[in-house]
Amino acid sequence: MAEPALSIRGLTKAYGNGFRALKGIDLDVAQGDFFALLGPNGAGKSTTLGIVSSLVQKTAGKVSVFGIDIDEDFARAKYHLGVVPQEFNFNQFEKVDDIIHAQAGYYGMPMREAKPRAETLLKDLGLWDKRKGSARMLSGGMKRRLMIARALMHRPKLLILDEPTAGVDIELRRSMWDYMRRINREEGTTIILTTHYLEEAESLCRNIAIINNGEIVQNTSVRDLLAQLDTETFLLDLSRPTESVPVVQGFEVQQIEGSQLAVLVKRGQRLNDLFQQLSSQGLEVVSMRNRANRLEEMFVSMVEHSNGGKTGAPTQGIDAAQDASDDREGARR
Amino acid sequence: MSPTQIAIALWTVVLKEIKRFMRIWPQTLLPPSITMTMYFIIFGNLIGSRIGAMDGFSYMDYIVPGLIMMSVITNSYSNVASSFFSNKFQRSVEEMMVSPMPNWVILTGFVVGGMARGLGVGVIVTIVSLFFTQISVEHPILTVAVVVLTAALFSLGGFINALMADKFDDISIVPTFVLTPLTYLGGVFYSISMLPEFWQGASMLNPILYMVNVFRYGFLGVSDIPVGIALSAILAFIIGLFVMALWMLERGKGIRS
Ligand SMILES: Nc1ncnc2c1ncn2[C@@H]1O[C@H](COP(=O)(O)OP(=O)(O)OP(=O)(O)O)[C@@H](O)[C@H]1O
Ligand SMILES: [Mg+2]
Repeated sequence: MAEPALSIRGLTKAYGNGFRALKGIDLDVAQGDFFALLGPNGAGKSTTLGIVSSLVQKTAGKVSVFGIDIDEDFARAKYHLGVVPQEFNFNQFEKVDDIIHAQAGYYGMPMREAKPRAETLLKDLGLWDKRKGSARMLSGGMKRRLMIARALMHRPKLLILDEPTAGVDIELRRSMWDYMRRINREEGTTIILTTHYLEEAESLCRNIAIINNGEIVQNTSVRDLLAQLDTETFLLDLSRPTESVPVVQGFEVQQIEGSQLAVLVKRGQRLNDLFQQLSSQGLEVVSMRNRANRLEEMFVSMVEHSNGGKTGAPTQGIDAAQDASDDREGARR
Repeated sequence: MSPTQIAIALWTVVLKEIKRFMRIWPQTLLPPSITMTMYFIIFGNLIGSRIGAMDGFSYMDYIVPGLIMMSVITNSYSNVASSFFSNKFQRSVEEMMVSPMPNWVILTGFVVGGMARGLGVGVIVTIVSLFFTQISVEHPILTVAVVVLTAALFSLGGFINALMADKFDDISIVPTFVLTPLTYLGGVFYSISMLPEFWQGASMLNPILYMVNVFRYGFLGVSDIPVGIALSAILAFIIGLFVMALWMLERGKGIRS
């Protein structure tokens, strides 16, 4: 088999304040994969991707990109990497065009190649009309797409996206998904993304790793993960409120509101049974949906489990202290 | 990266830096031109005529080289300090860090950008001075060499300042409390031979004195200090600061957590 696009072994990170953000993680992402890294806030996703893209210094462990150890030849590894970070990291005062062209230049791409490449990408990502304006005049969603275009300029074989669709509206999100699928399929670009939208991971990605408190708690294919789900909760809307919770043989039923029921369905059980019993009690179901995205339920239970039953995201750590300095350069211009 | 790719990357950084100070010219090119014009009018024209000759030259002719040098020093320094710090602050420095461009290329790019601004302002000030006096240059090659080296040296200083700075205040401390006093005391407006012996000795510890004097020597052919020593000292400082800046970059000081 070909080398993995990304291979991580025993990666640990202790930040300057002593906080251990990664506690020795192992991860492999195969070439051509579409891979999701999931985890609650503060789990260590950005730290992991930051180390891979040289923005964060690792404490220990090995990282290689297409078989190139970053300790041995980071420059060569970087050629293969395109990075879309979680936070906007372009100069707001520069023009879109300049940002994109400069990025190509940093990779040694001559202008005559950069220009047509930039045109294709900006058009694909719907930024062509904005190219002459300065980056601060873009909307939030456009800024994300600018970072994607920028990351793709040098045709990386591995694209790393840290929450690419945060703050992007539904329609646009779908078009970004289509775009990512396209480059994954047509150009064979390996894609790793982090996201908080489980639906995104489910519909885009083939493989998935779940990280919590700096440890990988699950690493498998999306299909296998979903197959592990043995229960699913459906919400049923009835045509009229019921007085009492109906008793349905074999199913666990809860009343959410007068006319809404939550039903726990185990694997192997048939919905027909459920409906027959409800009809025989004179109850009409008008509509039905999943309580949560299936993966979401899984995710919540897994994270809770690895937190030792405690719910809620861990609250350790510090916020990036950015507030102290006022953006004078911004104010002056 | 191949040499061609390195050249492209370096040129990209330089061009980006030049575009930056051109884009904000009312903050970068205009103020020094106005300040220096004021100096020429007040010290050169109005007061200078009462001061009389300095080392055998009219006071105006004596201060022109010093004022050009002063603008080169402050503009090179502050260009790199504020540009690199603002890249750090806006995180756009990450664009360069994720690329395969070696650190020395990033450093050289910023330094050349700072030199371009410093020397650009130097040229503007020189042009302004032509409205007040005629300048002749005794040793053109030496003059150009010393001003270019000085621009490089202070660009490097600005870079290190920006790497160490955590907030915008940190990049104005050195210019205000170190560079400005040293420049004023560096013989821009007077010959140190006018000072009592003790202060002459103390002035010899001021590196800016050497640059101003060698530069003035290039113009006028007179200097308070030996030219050869001054040039070697500037070169040694450039090498020292370059190595230090590069080492800090490699270590990720101030830019990598
Ligand atoms: N520069 C830093 N110094 C100290 N601690 C940090 C630093 N950056 C991150 N951390 C801490 O490391 C942990 C992991 O942070 P990281 O940004 O990797 O999380 P994440 O999984 O990306 O979270 P999110 O989903 O919120 O983006 C957090 O507890 C965070 O507070
Ligand atoms: Mg993150």
